[in-house]
Amino acid sequence: MAFKIASSPHINTRSLTSGVMFRVVLCLIPGIGAQTYFFGFGTLVQLALAISVALTAEALVMVLRKRPVMSTLSDNSALVTASLLAIAIPPLAPWWMIVIGVLFAIVIVKHLYGGLGHNVFNPAMAAYVLLLVSFPVQMTSWVAPQSLAINPADLNSSLQVIFSHSATMTSEYFQLGYDAVAMATPLDTIKTDLSMGLTATESLHKAIFSGSVGVGWFWVNICYLLGGLCLLKMKVIRWQISTAIIVSILICSGFGFLISPDTHVSPLVHIFSGGTMLAAFFIATDPVSAATSPRGRLIFGAMIGVLIYVIRTFGGYPDAVAFAVLLANMCAPFIDHYIRPRTYGHRSGNAL
Amino acid sequence: MSNYSEIAKQGLWYNNPGLVQLLGLCPLLAVTATITNALGLGIATLVVLVGSNILVSLVRNYVPKEIRIPVFVMIIAALVTCVQLLVNAYAYGLYLSLGIFLPLIVTNCVIIGRAEAFASRNNVLRSTFDGLMMGLGFTIVLVILGAGREILGQGTLFAGADLLLGDWASALTVHVWQVDTPFLIAMLPPGAFIGMGLLIALKNIIDSSIKARQPKPQVESIARARITKVG
Repeated sequence: MAFKIASSPHINTRSLTSGVMFRVVLCLIPGIGAQTYFFGFGTLVQLALAISVALTAEALVMVLRKRPVMSTLSDNSALVTASLLAIAIPPLAPWWMIVIGVLFAIVIVKHLYGGLGHNVFNPAMAAYVLLLVSFPVQMTSWVAPQSLAINPADLNSSLQVIFSHSATMTSEYFQLGYDAVAMATPLDTIKTDLSMGLTATESLHKAIFSGSVGVGWFWVNICYLLGGLCLLKMKVIRWQISTAIIVSILICSGFGFLISPDTHVSPLVHIFSGGTMLAAFFIATDPVSAATSPRGRLIFGAMIGVLIYVIRTFGGYPDAVAFAVLLANMCAPFIDHYIRPRTYGHRSGNAL
Repeated sequence: MSNYSEIAKQGLWYNNPGLVQLLGLCPLLAVTATITNALGLGIATLVVLVGSNILVSLVRNYVPKEIRIPVFVMIIAALVTCVQLLVNAYAYGLYLSLGIFLPLIVTNCVIIGRAEAFASRNNVLRSTFDGLMMGLGFTIVLVILGAGREILGQGTLFAGADLLLGDWASALTVHVWQVDTPFLIAMLPPGAFIGMGLLIALKNIIDSSIKARQPKPQVESIARARITKVG
């Protein structure tokens, strides 16, 4: 008869890194589905490409670092990085962009800093910024929602565009006879319109918004929200970061909307457009590069939310998730240093 | 003579101003977008470095210790002004593309660093040689970084070499590949930082492989005598 002897506090959890990461990917599926439904098969092609490149790169680096290959590959972290990058970039971006991005994320951002658990920055977002800074034209021309495109892209033509040698996808599309395929995202449209002197309300009457926050984008964000709630339910992520991001965006954009509704779009647009929900539940909650204490997480999330709003409204780029997350990543060690949880038996004043 | 080879080794490799001392990073990162710019600034720095080492070494016994730094800076500033005027006169295109970084050579820590650390303690010949080697080491790093960034960013090598070397040099321009979409980050400052980091990493790899190949000194192993008391 064998008694199980364990040290306190006697809680057995079976949550390994691989399980956590795999659940993150599972919860992404509704959002990926919505994105595929509204923006075509490009997202799936990018996903397949990104995952295969990520696993190859990870294996290669592990061989170079003389570390065990299979155990690292099976922790699924490369899978998460690749998936996040693949759904963040435009679905019909040329193939070499996702390859460059994933290689940068895995080799430079993750493994040069020491691999999983040592990276200062979120690999997917660092790669996104690299791509955005390097190839601004390709990164800012998103596909038109399927319902607005005259000839929606099917799988075959998506493949053709992604793997074509042409420089920009628009020119390729004109050759193929597709029209109105590349267009700006709703946030980009608003930004351009505001700079041209239109009011926010006038901008929102355009076809791409169809009366709400943007065709497709609303449902994509709702699906990411659902996936995120599943993650919360499964206790893969904590509530603090996501809540802080959404609340701070609501407060900032509500304030702007109250002061000047003509030049600021409503909080609803900010919450359900662009990558807000994806950032709040899947990107900012990366356990490695985020703050770790509960109060620290609140500050970290609020910082991301405020930065997203500020950069979207006053900055040069239409969406700001990647920049906001990277800037907050830089502050995370600092936040952790000053917001230490009180040690049991010590008064909070002594904690510092 | 081994003394001189030691100076050369220090300047070109073991104490390379770009890769090991990490001095003069501002021009190193700012002007290395093309080989031509890198080479131009490298040569300008080399000339100033050799000149300042010679002059500092000549006056080293007459300058009171308390005011040596201002004197060195004056010497360097005078030399930089000469070089700036020369480049302005003979390579105007390069003068324009180097911009503020040409006069900023005066603040390059490599130069004041060598003046203080080497030239003010050694004779003229050795100081000249040290300036030459340090300058070469710096220039080589600049050129390698410039080559990498130019290939990635523009797909060319030696673009605009005629600015530096005269009209015949425009034949030097090599189109390595045709880029439809330039890899902008390589041309921007972040690309310079990443490229620099990769170069330093490469040097460290080479260093550690050299170290690994050297025969290890035999360490006398200390055998531990174990005494077990029986009974």
